[in-house]
Amino acid sequence: MRDMASLPISPETGPQVVLELLYSLKVRDAMSSPVISAVPSDSMREVQYRMRDNGITGVPIIEGGRLVGLVSMGLIIEALDSGRIGQKAGELMTRTVISLEDDMPLAFATTYFNRYKFGRFPVLDRDGLLVGIVCASDILRALLVAMNAEVERLEQKLSAAATPLERPAEGLVHLGFQVTRFDFENAGKASAEIKKALKGLNIDAAIVRRAAVATYELELNQVIHSEGGSIYAVAGKGRIEVVAEDRGPGIPDVDAAMTEGFSTATEWIRSLGFGAGMGLPNTKRVSDDFTIDSAPGRGTMVRVVINY
Amino acid sequence: MRISEFGASLGIDIETAQGVYADREITSGYSSDLLSDVMANAGADGVLVTVQAHKNAIAVASLVGLAAIVVCNSRPLPADMIESARSEGVAVFRTPATAFEVSGRLWVALHRP
Repeated sequence: MRDMASLPISPETGPQVVLELLYSLKVRDAMSSPVISAVPSDSMREVQYRMRDNGITGVPIIEGGRLVGLVSMGLIIEALDSGRIGQKAGELMTRTVISLEDDMPLAFATTYFNRYKFGRFPVLDRDGLLVGIVCASDILRALLVAMNAEVERLEQKLSAAATPLERPAEGLVHLGFQVTRFDFENAGKASAEIKKALKGLNIDAAIVRRAAVATYELELNQVIHSEGGSIYAVAGKGRIEVVAEDRGPGIPDVDAAMTEGFSTATEWIRSLGFGAGMGLPNTKRVSDDFTIDSAPGRGTMVRVVINY
Repeated sequence: MRISEFGASLGIDIETAQGVYADREITSGYSSDLLSDVMANAGADGVLVTVQAHKNAIAVASLVGLAAIVVCNSRPLPADMIESARSEGVAVFRTPATAFEVSGRLWVALHRP
């Protein structure tokens, strides 16, 4: 039988269009809100009626706006079975609840469904208050609506001819990568490929490492802060040049962004170990030549040269 | 000290790496949960002591040439992290010990005459 909780979508292997949607849509775009909830002093019977009346299979238990547990249909059946349906929800609820944040990309939600096999995830805002709940069908619906709009847009663009890729010159490494906003699953792939190619030119390990640091920081900056962009690397004849260009939103204060410790990353990004405010300073430190051009409303372009 | 001797030398409960990795010599250690900090300061052939249990930590380890990662506080290792460690040849250990404890023991093990 098909596992109802898992989604036939992977944030790693799907077509680029779907991936971009998964990273541009937020959990809040898919979640149901307001949430049908109960308090710990409600009986399991009351929770059961709430499920029946609203046609739902899981009820978050909240206390003062904070999520303290969850009662699923499975728990209701167990309570009925063991004659404990009159007991308080607070006594029988699951206390270990995995939740999502409303600001996370939808890709996180699909990963959670496939990783944890729960039927639904409560959604919290940045202050930890319960603001919604998301089940697999919510995600499929949000994705379908967005995909429809995207297919329509693509159909209109079909007549436009694709630009042919530039041909690399002999003995040179010439690589280009597209970077998608919030795509932490693939973050680092461009840097890994560029590093591999530089190694192939037999460039000194310390130089390769400097190029890897610069590329990784620029790539992660695009994942975390930009609306998407590209990374290009050209190497040969004693010179490595990396150009990272994105589609916006641009940096309001470039001097601040160049200051170690300054960061505009959100909490959940920091929880992954990013957003330390070291990205651009690190990049500049490993570069022989570093230029940045950015302003709000425009994209950001960073160009790095490392000589070897 | 080789990666294979590493767990035993720490004398703490460590789950052995599930990756496929070359059993190379460990020459240094670095403790941090900030990946940019690791990028900037961790030495090649070193061990990263961290609580960041996700595949981006593997990407960073691979880019700077780290030999192994120790995930502290029994943080669960997601399947995609182990898979990525396997393909990048990075050894991953998991322990209930804290980063402080692991770092202390690692320092002693590396400086033992």
